[in-house]
Order: sequence, then C-alpha cells, then structure tokens
Amino acid sequence: MIRAVGYRLAQAVMVALLVGVLTFLMMQALPGDMAFRIAAGRYGYDSVNAAAAEAVRQELGLDRPAIEAFGRWFMDLLRLDFGTSVISGAPVIEEIRHQLGASLQLAGAALALSLLIGPPVGVMAGLRAGGWLDRGLLVVSTALRSVPQFLMGLILIVLFSIQLGWLPAAGYGRPAHFILPALTLALGLAAASARITRDAMAGVAGTPFYAFGRWKGLGEGQLFRRHGLRNIGVALVTFLGLQFAMLVEGVVVIEAIFGWPGIGHALVHAIFGRDVPMVQGTALLLGLGFVALNAAVDLAAHWIDPRGTEKAGAKA
Amino acid sequence: MSAITTDIPVTARSGWTRTQWAGTAILMLIVAFALLAPILFPADPLRQSLRNILGGPDAASPLGYDHLGRSLTARLAAALRLSLWIAAAAVVTSAVLGMAVGVLAAWRGGWVDRLAALLADSFLALPGLLMVLIVSAIVPSTPLAFWIGLTLVLWIEYFRLTRATVSRLIVAPGVQASRLLGFGPVYIFRRHLWPELAPMLLTVAAFGAATAIMTIAALGFVSVGMRPPTPELGLMMVEMLPYYREAPMALLTPVLATFLTLLGLNLIAGGRRA
Repeated sequence: MIRAVGYRLAQAVMVALLVGVLTFLMMQALPGDMAFRIAAGRYGYDSVNAAAAEAVRQELGLDRPAIEAFGRWFMDLLRLDFGTSVISGAPVIEEIRHQLGASLQLAGAALALSLLIGPPVGVMAGLRAGGWLDRGLLVVSTALRSVPQFLMGLILIVLFSIQLGWLPAAGYGRPAHFILPALTLALGLAAASARITRDAMAGVAGTPFYAFGRWKGLGEGQLFRRHGLRNIGVALVTFLGLQFAMLVEGVVVIEAIFGWPGIGHALVHAIFGRDVPMVQGTALLLGLGFVALNAAVDLAAHWIDPRGTEKAGAKA
Repeated sequence: MSAITTDIPVTARSGWTRTQWAGTAILMLIVAFALLAPILFPADPLRQSLRNILGGPDAASPLGYDHLGRSLTARLAAALRLSLWIAAAAVVTSAVLGMAVGVLAAWRGGWVDRLAALLADSFLALPGLLMVLIVSAIVPSTPLAFWIGLTLVLWIEYFRLTRATVSRLIVAPGVQASRLLGFGPVYIFRRHLWPELAPMLLTVAAFGAATAIMTIAALGFVSVGMRPPTPELGLMMVEMLPYYREAPMALLTPVLATFLTLLGLNLIAGGRRA
C-alpha cells in the first residue's frame, strides 16, 4: 500500500514536470511579441501602443532569458502559484476555483445520470447473457461508442432545442440548462459502464458459487446483494477511475458547445488567447485530479476486495 | 454478432470475426469515397459559387453545396482524406514509438522499466484533448500539431501492451534458448516477439485511429482545430449548423461520414472490451 502511494506521488511530480515543460514550450512558441499580444488581449487591438506593451513586459518579466524564466516558472508551479491570468488579470487560482464549481456540477450530474442508466442495464443484461436485452445492449453500446460526444451534443441540440424547442440549446443558471449537456455526457459514459457491468455480471453469474446460492434457495435479489454486488464492484470502481479521463475530455468539448462556464470552456478560451498561466493551472489541476482519483480508486478497490493487493499497487 | 463474441480473444491471424469484416467493408467504402470522389466529381473544395448557395444535389456534386456554394462532395472527400491521413500517420508513429519504448523497458528491466512506466502513466494523466490542444499552441502548422499531439497521446497504449507482453515472453524458454544460441535482439524481436504482438496491435491501432479522428473533428467543431476554409469534418458540421433548416442534408453528410468511419474502426477493434 505504501509503495502504491509512493508511486502515485512520483506520478504527481512527473505530471507537474510534464505540464511545466509543455506550457513553457507553449509560451516560448508564441509568435510575435508576446507583450503586444497580451496588451491587445487586455486593452483591445485599437488601443495598444509600444508604451502599453512595455508596461506589460515589465509587469510580467518577459525580457529575461529563457532558462531563468523556466526555473522561476517551475518553482512557481511547485508552490502552486500560477500567477494571474494574462487576459482577465485575476489570479488563476481564483478563476479556476470559480470554473471548477460549474464543471463539477455538470460532471457530477452526468456521472449520476450515467450510473442510473448504465450499471442497472448492464446487470440485467449480464444476468441473462445471450438474451434479447444483452444483444440489444451490444448493438446500442457499439453504436453509441461511434458517436463522439460533440456529435451527440449536436444531435440532441438539433432534436430537442431546434426541432422540438423543449430545452435551451446553451446557457447556465437554470435547472433546464443542465439536461442537455449532462445527458450528452451521460449517454457515452452509460454505454461504456453498461458493457463493463454486463461483462463482470455475466462472469459472476456463471460461477459455481452463484449457482449454489440459487440452489440453496436464495431469491434473485438476495443472491445479487450477497454474492453479485461486491464482485462486480471492483470492475465498476476501477472503471470509474478510467471514466474520469473520458469525462474530462467530454467536459472540455461539451462545455465549449453548450456555453457552460466551466473549466473546459475556460481552457479552450485560454488556448485560443494563448493565456499560458491559465492553461498551466488548468492542465495541472486536471492531471493531478486524475492521479488523485486513481489513488482513491486503488484504495477503494482494496477496500472492496482485499485480495490481490500486491498486484494492484504496481499496475496502472 | 452474438453475445459470446466478447469472450473470444481477438486473434486476427487465424481468421476474422464477421463483425470485423463488416467494419472493414464500411471503412473501405469511406476510403474509396475519399480517394475516388476527386476523380469522379472533380471540383476545388475551396471554390465558391454564389449561384449554388445551399444548392441540392446535381451531376457535378451528388451531395449538394454548402452556404458558400462550395461542392460538398469535394469538401467531404478532402475532409476525410485529411482525417484519415493524420490518423494513419499518428497510428504508425505512435506504434513505433510505443513499441520501441515498451520493448526497451521490458528488456532492460530495472530503473529503465520503472522510469518508462512512470513516464507513460504521467502522460496518461493528461487528457488526450488537452495534450493535442497544448501541442497545437506550440507547433505552428495544425496538421503537424495534430500528428505530434496524437502520437504523444496514442503511444501509451502500445507501450503498455508491448511491455506487458514482452516482459512475459522474455523469460519464456524460446527466447532464453535463442539468447543462449547467440542470436541478436533483432532476430529475437522478429522471431519471438513480433508474432505475439502483431495480432494485438490491430485492435489498438483501430481504436487509436478512431480516437484520432474523433479528436480532430471535436476540436474542429469547437473552433480550436483546423482553420477555415480547410475542409474538415468538425468544421463542416459547425459551418452547416446555422443552415440546418434550409439544408438538413448538408449537415447530415459530415455527421454520417464521421459516424460511419468511427463505426467501421470500432467494429474492426471489435471483441476488445471498452
């Protein structure tokens, strides 16, 4: 267990280094005079002059050599001091905290919705492997996997907002705004989690102990709670860790499409405006979030199924 | 495809499943369209014609025209070629990179192995879209940026697969015997490792290509990928969205093309669990 935690820590440092190098390269690769660009972003293209650019240059220390800049850069990053957004001028930490809330709401709603749809369908299909529900699930989940999330968003917008006019196509603030983006994300997640649950359930339902449980007179519900749930739990929890990556990617695109003021939306805008501190903060947060979540998944899998921890620590 | 197919290991060597053949057929159709359309319906995908704005299908362009009167047939074919080329290039480079690092890590073992695994896990922690977005901000040319970014995303899967397989094979009697007989690494790779790796690579490659095509289209759709007027699947969708009522087919064609390409690739990847 301690080894596993140590590994996750090393992974976290490595992620920070990776983000540091990538964003630093990004800053170095900016075309033209960065001070002018940033000044244009702040004051508008019409009111930029050499004096404003010079002020920006002084303020952000853009005239230092590259190595020194990277050293300072990485030390700041390790202290979680991301500086201020070059576009809005607000501290990056503040911006991210603000957007993370909105993103977490959306991701939480999507995850909850997908857990309501996916695993129950998977369990039902897995209990009767080869039945009509099982075969139907296979077709539907294969089809859903071939629909990228942005495409699903597009289809739902065209269907429910443009054709039927039931739901707003974009926006934030009212409960109705949740439905389309959350459903878009949830459908993709549910298709995957239903397959995982189905495979795990079919495996458990085929074991001798399951047959024995039925033979000794346990009802289906009892049997599932006593012998099924915990056994499919590990597969499902491990999968949830992987789903986070899917969810994050989905959130980036879905927020941009639905105009959701979250971290993905901010990231796309930051990339567009070459707002390096924002990109850095967001990338680091997402990367470390992934590491932390996987550490939590390791622990949860250990708690659900204490067997075979020696292997689980070194993997993934 | 019956329910038990998922339990059959994908061994591409000894014959494909029906699902995989279906996937190949769909993909072949898409590739054929992408390659043959410029010959059968020659048109410049960038040439605008105000007389054809949102025009329906005609002999010169069976898929109709977009809001600037550009031939949708030519644009769709060009967009597919672009996506397929980038996907193919990224799949090849990431396979070579991932396998090289994987073989090296499993072969050398020790700290090389641990460092490589740590590096791969750290890359894995950064969402693929984010990686591609950041690289696109570093590298000036967009197709090149997609290629590099996607390679950096896709190599991990090859690495993990190769490392797991090779570290199992390297201690097997066959490899041990070859080493004792004095055969070099190249021989051992070709004779012992490659035959085991090759069938599994197909699955990873098909999934990788699907990821690549999805990423290119998704970033195009949110306007941070290819720049207009380049024909690109995601860009075409977002361009045609405002004209959905007037020309629903114009929006539907890139959507269907993307879906079919991904479906074909996913079916080829087949039996593998999600």
